[in-house]
Amino acid sequence: MRNALDIQDVTFSYDGQNNVLQNINLTLHEGELVCLLGVSGGGKTTLFHIIAGLLKPQQGRVLLGGEDITGQSGKISYMLQKDMLLPFRTVEDNVALPLLLKGVKKKEARRQVGKYFSTFGLDGTQKFYPAELSGGMRQRAALLRTYMFGGSVALLDEPFSALDTLTKSDLHRWYLEVMDSIKLSTIFITHDIDEAILLSDRIYLLSGKPGTLSDEIIIREPKPRDRDFNLTEAFLRYKKQIIAKIR
Amino acid sequence: MKGKLRSTTDKLLPPVVLLLLLLGLWYFACASGSVPKFMLPSPADVWNAFVSDWQLMLRHARVTLAETFIGLFFGIIIGFFTAVVMDRFRIVRKLLYPLIIISQTIPTVAIAPLLVLWLGYQMLPKIVLVICIVFFPISISLLEGFGSVDADTVNLMRSMGAGRLQIFRYVKMPSALGHFFSSLKISVSYAVVGAVLSEWLGGTEGLGCYMTRVRKAFSYDKMFAVIILISVISLLLIWLTGFLQKKCMPWEKVNQARRKENV
Ligand SMILES: Nc1ncnc2c1ncn2[C@@H]1O[C@H](COP(=O)(O)OP(=O)(O)O)[C@@H](O)[C@H]1O
Ligand SMILES: [Mg+2]
Repeated sequence: MRNALDIQDVTFSYDGQNNVLQNINLTLHEGELVCLLGVSGGGKTTLFHIIAGLLKPQQGRVLLGGEDITGQSGKISYMLQKDMLLPFRTVEDNVALPLLLKGVKKKEARRQVGKYFSTFGLDGTQKFYPAELSGGMRQRAALLRTYMFGGSVALLDEPFSALDTLTKSDLHRWYLEVMDSIKLSTIFITHDIDEAILLSDRIYLLSGKPGTLSDEIIIREPKPRDRDFNLTEAFLRYKKQIIAKIR
Repeated sequence: MKGKLRSTTDKLLPPVVLLLLLLGLWYFACASGSVPKFMLPSPADVWNAFVSDWQLMLRHARVTLAETFIGLFFGIIIGFFTAVVMDRFRIVRKLLYPLIIISQTIPTVAIAPLLVLWLGYQMLPKIVLVICIVFFPISISLLEGFGSVDADTVNLMRSMGAGRLQIFRYVKMPSALGHFFSSLKISVSYAVVGAVLSEWLGGTEGLGCYMTRVRKAFSYDKMFAVIILISVISLLLIWLTGFLQKKCMPWEKVNQARRKENV
């Protein structure tokens, strides 16, 4: 398998003294769904900002399909921690934003995003404003916008964290069905161990100060996964393994 | 629809009732003869003055409105560009911002005669005064609006490959619209007053000149009529601004309703 993304020896600090991240090495294979698991304040979002080119690391490189893109933004689909839907644009115009920014005409952009509204469970919300959507819907809209950017790699920063448990498991099920079939190479952040095991092919553990990638766990459960996977023995074994490593 | 109608009546009824009461009080004060007629003309006198002079008043109002609109137009343009430049270049903001604030301590009444002295008795000094009045609230509020965009929204735009101009167009401009319209609402009435005030000081046309003339002729009924006309014009302009705001910011209605629900 080719590498969709390589992070090589990345070290970063905000103030030039105290490193938030230290010698980070990470690989994402094509079509893979990888999870970055760690405590809050550990530097996960910072690492995503670096990969997305919003921050420049003091040391190390970011390679996209082998090409050095360190410090360049606009190459990778990035869904930030908050859904960041612009309150003054309708849902369809929010979702179409990445296309508009690339110079696609408004009408054509709306037509292109319109095709995905039902797949993303957003039917009929085209002309709504974000304030009229539920938390789960907002998250789906943000996911669709991220998808519409069309990068070969997607970063999702805690895509399900802000949701209540029921909405969350709903969205997990949908994600397993839909996003898995899209086969987008994806890294997502979470601090929820169950979510990490349920969705990922591989899990990186980010821990310590400064943050380092301390471990890598491969989840060998075949896909598409059953939503009852989290009730199985195998699931528990993974969970125990991760908890032991975090301690 | 019915609910909307009721809420409008709810809002309008109290002030209208109070206004009618005051009008009645005014009428009886004059009718009873407790206030001499040359000091306070009765509502009927004012109405008659308006009826007899309305064509003349409208002709003068046209000039005042022209000054107001031209002044508003250029005041907004200059205020907008100043805000954009201050937002873009920190150094310009540091240089200009304190000066703009200090300039506001100079009373309008004080510069009006100077403008007449420098620019003559035509429309120009009046327009310049309106520009001076409008420029300040517009530029400061727009600057504040541009600055209200949070860092993560800018990060989102950058991650999607947006350039500076695109961030301005898609995020900063719409975020500043609310600030812009609230200051525009204040600006329009100040602009009318500013135009009238500078007409007092010279010239032959405009509601301000008309006021000076009727004052010299001791026609206080006409004086009252023109004062009322000026406030009606101001009110109409404020209403027009509100109307434009609703048209330009259709999302506000939804977001406001949402905020009410969450309270
Ligand atoms: N813009 C910033 N400037 C300075 N320090 C920051 C900034 N953003 C985050 N940090 C610090 O960097 C550390 C990692 O933060 P973050 O990457 O957001 O962690 P996580 O996403 O894992 O919760 C925290 O200690 C946080 O306080
Ligand atoms: Mg974070």
